[in-house]
Amino acid sequence: MAILHTVNKSPFEKTALQSCLDHASPGDAVLLIEDGVYAAISQTSASERIAARKNEVSFYALGPDLLARGVGNGSLAEGVKVVGYDGFVDLVAEYEIAQAWL
Amino acid sequence: MSIEEPEVNNPDVVKKFMYVNRRAPYGTVYPLEALEVVLIGAAFDQDVSLAFLDDGVFQIVKGQDTGEIGMKNFSPTFRALGDYEVTKLYVEKESLDERGLSPDDLLEITYEDEDDDWAEKPSIRIVERTELTKIMADQNVILSF
Repeated sequence: MAILHTVNKSPFEKTALQSCLDHASPGDAVLLIEDGVYAAISQTSASERIAARKNEVSFYALGPDLLARGVGNGSLAEGVKVVGYDGFVDLVAEYEIAQAWL
Repeated sequence: MSIEEPEVNNPDVVKKFMYVNRRAPYGTVYPLEALEVVLIGAAFDQDVSLAFLDDGVFQIVKGQDTGEIGMKNFSPTFRALGDYEVTKLYVEKESLDERGLSPDDLLEITYEDEDDDWAEKPSIRIVERTELTKIMADQNVILSF
């Protein structure tokens, strides 16, 4: 069953994103929320790891959390789509399981 | 034999205080609390500086808008530090680089230099890790958040 993974920690401080990517299967989705959205900054070690999986895993970042942190006003990491709270709800409904990488 | 005044009670002794910020602004309450402590501590007329390294550099990224997450955007408060004579904000270059940030992505934080006809000067000083290491070694008190 396809999983919606949520990551809410900074990839520069915690290994949550890396563990998530290590356990995500093709067809899964990863939604970056809270401090997880820092992984959506372009041209970092984190954005490279996301780009490497973008053809088999769907990546999303929560718009309000990007705005709050002043991130993504320029360019976002390749392969990351921005969603709002309504998009968050849609993703939860679309995928059979949700797993939070706290 | 004279009795020496304990240093801690001597108002003439100015100590070097550094507040070290290593966390992103909204994931925990530490950064907001650190700023509160800096503003309160500014009343004691010490030699105060702030260091921003690791995810702490995200605290002073410009263009923050927290309207949709229901939290206080405290980044504008950093611009008030100059009025409290907190004028040294060290930002580690390597931490910016690792996070895809440049000095242009940071808030404009300035102070008026009373020794230079109140000329407006930038408070943010981009320093390399080796230099920050030396600045830390030169402190009397380091408080970490």
